Amino acid sequence: MQTAILGGKTLALDADGNLADRKEWNEEVAREIAATEGIAELTPQHWAVINFMRSVFEKEGDSPSIRRLTKESGVDTKTLYQLFPKGPAKKAARIAGLPKPKGCI
Amino acid sequence: MRHMLILGGGTAGTIMANKLARALDERDWRITVVDGKEEHYYQPGFLFVPFDIYRMRDLVRPRRQYLPGRVRFILSSIDHIDAGKKKVVLANGEALRYDCLIIGTGADIHPEQTEGLLDEGWGRSKFDFYTPLGAERLARFLKTWQGGRLVLSIAEMPIKCPVAPLEFLFLADAYFTERGMRDKVDIHLVTPLSGAFTKPTSSRVLGEFLERKGISVTPDFGLARVDNDEKKLVAWDDSEVKYDLLVSIPTNMGDPAIARSGIGNELNFVPTNRQTLSAEGLEDVFVIGDATNLPASKAGSVAHFESEILFEKIMEHIEGRAPRAQFDGHANCFIESGYGKGMLIDFNYETEPLPGAFPLPGVGPFKLLGESAINHYGKLMFRWVYWNLLLRGVELPIANEMLMAGKQVV
Repeated sequence: MQTAILGGKTLALDADGNLADRKEWNEEVAREIAATEGIAELTPQHWAVINFMRSVFEKEGDSPSIRRLTKESGVDTKTLYQLFPKGPAKKAARIAGLPKPKGCI
Repeated sequence: MRHMLILGGGTAGTIMANKLARALDERDWRITVVDGKEEHYYQPGFLFVPFDIYRMRDLVRPRRQYLPGRVRFILSSIDHIDAGKKKVVLANGEALRYDCLIIGTGADIHPEQTEGLLDEGWGRSKFDFYTPLGAERLARFLKTWQGGRLVLSIAEMPIKCPVAPLEFLFLADAYFTERGMRDKVDIHLVTPLSGAFTKPTSSRVLGEFLERKGISVTPDFGLARVDNDEKKLVAWDDSEVKYDLLVSIPTNMGDPAIARSGIGNELNFVPTNRQTLSAEGLEDVFVIGDATNLPASKAGSVAHFESEILFEKIMEHIEGRAPRAQFDGHANCFIESGYGKGMLIDFNYETEPLPGAFPLPGVGPFKLLGESAINHYGKLMFRWVYWNLLLRGVELPIANEMLMAGKQVV
């Protein structure tokens, strides 16, 4: 199993490289994952998306698609791609400590 | 007299009608199937039409012919479902009350969802192969095409049959090679995924296949619009891909009636319990096939595996038995790889496609996640299995739950 040192602890990752246990997640962990994804600073807009994803996951057991993020998080698609380049849904899920969205099978 | 109402007479709806017609007592239950179209298409065959392997007229049969005699067929589109009042309103305003409702309304392509895709050039330099018309137009176009840059673009996930785009590329490679013009065609895949496919092991294996066949890939491409003047795809991050011939897999969405009923998600797919196949929050309503929002492939094999479970669930429900049967997300897909060969993948919610042998562990005859001629014959033979066994809802010699035996964990 892959691991990564995040927030001063060695944490297990799943096959997609996302956090294996989302209970290990905290804001510091999020900032460190974001840095490895090339996002130097998490702005309030980043956090709005991350928190929206976590609340959807909490309720429904899966992360939302880009289409749903656009519709419900209040951030448009173009901006989502600026905030989380190359795949907002995948990248925001990883930073939010959630598994890769299942919607894309 | 109670009423079993099935919306959609495609793969899922037809299998359910056949199973239930055998099991439900005619003195207690009426069964009705509603569908807006008279013709039942063998959709897995569409892929072969552009390459002149199948003709569209060989892939279509009358829907009624596959429904049992006791089932009433209504040819009509649906206006909406009123789950609170347990009725379905048809396009002409007629209302049908139900005691148990099965939603099997499928998924369709929606090119209008992408800016510029449907405008100028649709059917001339931009095609789909997910509709009978699209696949036939592409077949005609390819016959006289002189070559250039063929781009296959996936607009958005999820799509029906997620392996179909790859099969199209493999078949295109073989088609142009056999016509002696492979050197005049640049074949390119543009996908919102990070690789060739969704799951890690198969994405790697299939990615290597593409590479060997000289097919290049632009991953992580979030398609924003099509620029028809310059013939290019433009992503949300402003990166671009030029094309001469665009083969598009447009956004796939559920039936518009789902949106009118207010019971769908952002793509009109119905939120469905992943183990029981009941519609979340709706009483006496079940969902099957492409109409669900389940994290399983939108494919006929999934509809077939779901039908076995849904049949059990409905009988448990009707007879008041304790729930036992559970769906595991099982899918099983042949992947045509060109030159008379094919691959096979077998997976579920939890287990990604792995190499091995199927259905008999260690024996086969089919080879999982590897290429063989027998896989190709399996795929061709499947058209017969579809019309003669699968739609009739009879038992196939394949375990309903995915089995780990015969798979190599890598």
